[in-house]
Amino acid sequence: MKKKFWVPFIITLTLGTLVSAALRKESTQTPPAGYPIGGTVADFKLKNVDGNVVSLSNYKDKKGVIVVFTSNHCPFSKAYEERIIGLDKKYAAQGFPVLAINSNDAGDYEENSFDNMKKRAQEKGFTFPYLQDETQGVAKAFGATRTPHVFILRNDGGKFTVQYIGTIDDNYQDPAGVTKRYVEDAVSNILMGKPVVVTQTKAVGCAIGWKDA
Amino acid sequence: MIKSIRLLGAWLFFGHQLVQAQEVSVVKWKEIQNILSQSSDTTYIVNFWATWCKPCVAELPHFEEVQKNYKDRNVKVIMVSMDFAKDLTARVIPFVSQHQLTGKVWLLNEPDANNWIDKISTEWSGAIPATLIVNNQKKKKVFFEQKLDYDRLVKELSDFL
Repeated sequence: MKKKFWVPFIITLTLGTLVSAALRKESTQTPPAGYPIGGTVADFKLKNVDGNVVSLSNYKDKKGVIVVFTSNHCPFSKAYEERIIGLDKKYAAQGFPVLAINSNDAGDYEENSFDNMKKRAQEKGFTFPYLQDETQGVAKAFGATRTPHVFILRNDGGKFTVQYIGTIDDNYQDPAGVTKRYVEDAVSNILMGKPVVVTQTKAVGCAIGWKDA
Repeated sequence: MIKSIRLLGAWLFFGHQLVQAQEVSVVKWKEIQNILSQSSDTTYIVNFWATWCKPCVAELPHFEEVQKNYKDRNVKVIMVSMDFAKDLTARVIPFVSQHQLTGKVWLLNEPDANNWIDKISTEWSGAIPATLIVNNQKKKKVFFEQKLDYDRLVKELSDFL
């Protein structure tokens, strides 16, 4: 009997927390505008899971960078992990590596804490940096709204411009069912000095929850 | 078949409280398209969610409440789960039972989302939660890529009724 006394109390507390979280979130979930196709990307500096700071300008000797906004908690991100590793394996050697960024608020999902990011990078054997965007400033500058959300940057003599924004391919559920490889097609075109044909795609993903919302 | 057995199991286990819990239908894009192109004076609220999406789960009760309070006013709520089809029996059906969802729940198994996101709304980046309110006879449509609560839903619905 004693235990039951607490039940309505706990329910009220939980509901209260949920409702206040809901109210806090409501106003500012408008997607940020971000870089357009062809737009120049401002340099940024973020902390990598190995403890070092990585900046975009570190990639000045590369042909470009595949920037992937991803996360630990999101099933869409998890479904694409192996494919992201595959992209780095295929293109890093050709001067077009992957750079993964986690902009999610660890307050929303504990799985996105820096410690958990380190663990995931280790467990999965990430061959690329996995950066924490703690202020979410980089996600906002890019206009990243969900995970995974890919931005392909071409290095035009030290200036990085956006050449593709969107999804990795056309089947998040099953890699064997993929028919269109948007990111691979875009990177291949850039490496051959050709313009990217499909420059923008959409995909369902986990919303990046904004801290100041 | 497995789905039915699971539901029966859940019903036997939890008893009469779950009598009203809905089945989850796995649908393709054409089912959504049918809603978008219907011509009756019905206002559809189509919410895109997933069992693992915290803000989506937090707003579910608001949609349930709207469904309940507006069922006699030509309002239909459809909760479209973006869970993976492979998680239907292990995850989605138990979730719907546990949360005693009584509204219509669909699982949209259409992984090439680039083909259909813009048909819901060109304003949609693809992030969930997301909600479309549409009434074709009244030629009205609004879309939200954000969380909604009961008061907001009621306020938006007032334009449709």
